[in-house]
Amino acid sequence: MHVRAVQAADIGQIIAIDAEVTGLEKTDYWYEVYRRYGTSQTRQRTFLVAESQGTVQGFVIGDVRDWEFGSPPCGWVFGISVRPGARLGGVGTRLLEAVCESFRHAGVTRVRTLVSRDNTLVLSFFRSQGMTAASAIILEKGLER
Amino acid sequence: MKLQKSTLLALYSVLEFAADPDRQITAAEIAGKYGVSTHHLSKVLRELGRAGLLESVRGVGGGYRFSGNTKRITLMDVIELFEDISGRAMNDARMPSGNEAALASVLGEIDETAKATFRSITLDTMLMLARRAARSPVAAPALRRPVDDNLPT
Repeated sequence: MHVRAVQAADIGQIIAIDAEVTGLEKTDYWYEVYRRYGTSQTRQRTFLVAESQGTVQGFVIGDVRDWEFGSPPCGWVFGISVRPGARLGGVGTRLLEAVCESFRHAGVTRVRTLVSRDNTLVLSFFRSQGMTAASAIILEKGLER
Repeated sequence: MKLQKSTLLALYSVLEFAADPDRQITAAEIAGKYGVSTHHLSKVLRELGRAGLLESVRGVGGGYRFSGNTKRITLMDVIELFEDISGRAMNDARMPSGNEAALASVLGEIDETAKATFRSITLDTMLMLARRAARSPVAAPALRRPVDDNLPT
């Protein structure tokens, strides 16, 4: 297995992995993410896939955000997924390591992510990678009148 | 969420066993390490045995051995054996006041975050954190502090 930058030909497999995991096929969304993060990978933006034997087994997307919410520049992982049949083989770990390495190259020393507290599987994964609760609290409210 | 003494002992004990799954350990060994009575700890270990997390070892030395999967068992799996983790209930049947309902909502937020945290941390992850804490001169004493009734959680 190796981790490399995403290519246009990967998007179909990425859509399929995401649909299998979430139950929603978000074709337009993924082409837009590819346009923004895949076609112009910069210091700020990273979109990687893990591939073995010609098949995409997982992907990760992240970016470096400067001074959002008053926070010094840090890396954000806002998407990571592994094909269910390829789990428990270290694919997620390799992807997270790779995106963290790209953040280090961008000069930041902290990585963050956001996970629903009901998503025990993904929370457990990030915990197993040494991530802990951040110093920020997310707040929300409904906008219905 | 405030954990009871038995729950903390159960967590410490499970981690002791999980750190070296092939090793058989007696209640007296763990009780000595954490400064608690062997009698109390034996009851905790029996409960962990009934839940299938430990298996008792007969013969010379006796004791218990770990029998779970460190990558699958979470802190919540252990906590649930000793704590009632259902939501907070009002003490009486009357309609709660606005103040009571508002405070219950805030306490509920805290409880839900605590539960999600306990559910997401496996024994394997805890062992990794414990190894890191042991290398850190600041964090290490907290893990070896004797258990007492006033231990903040």
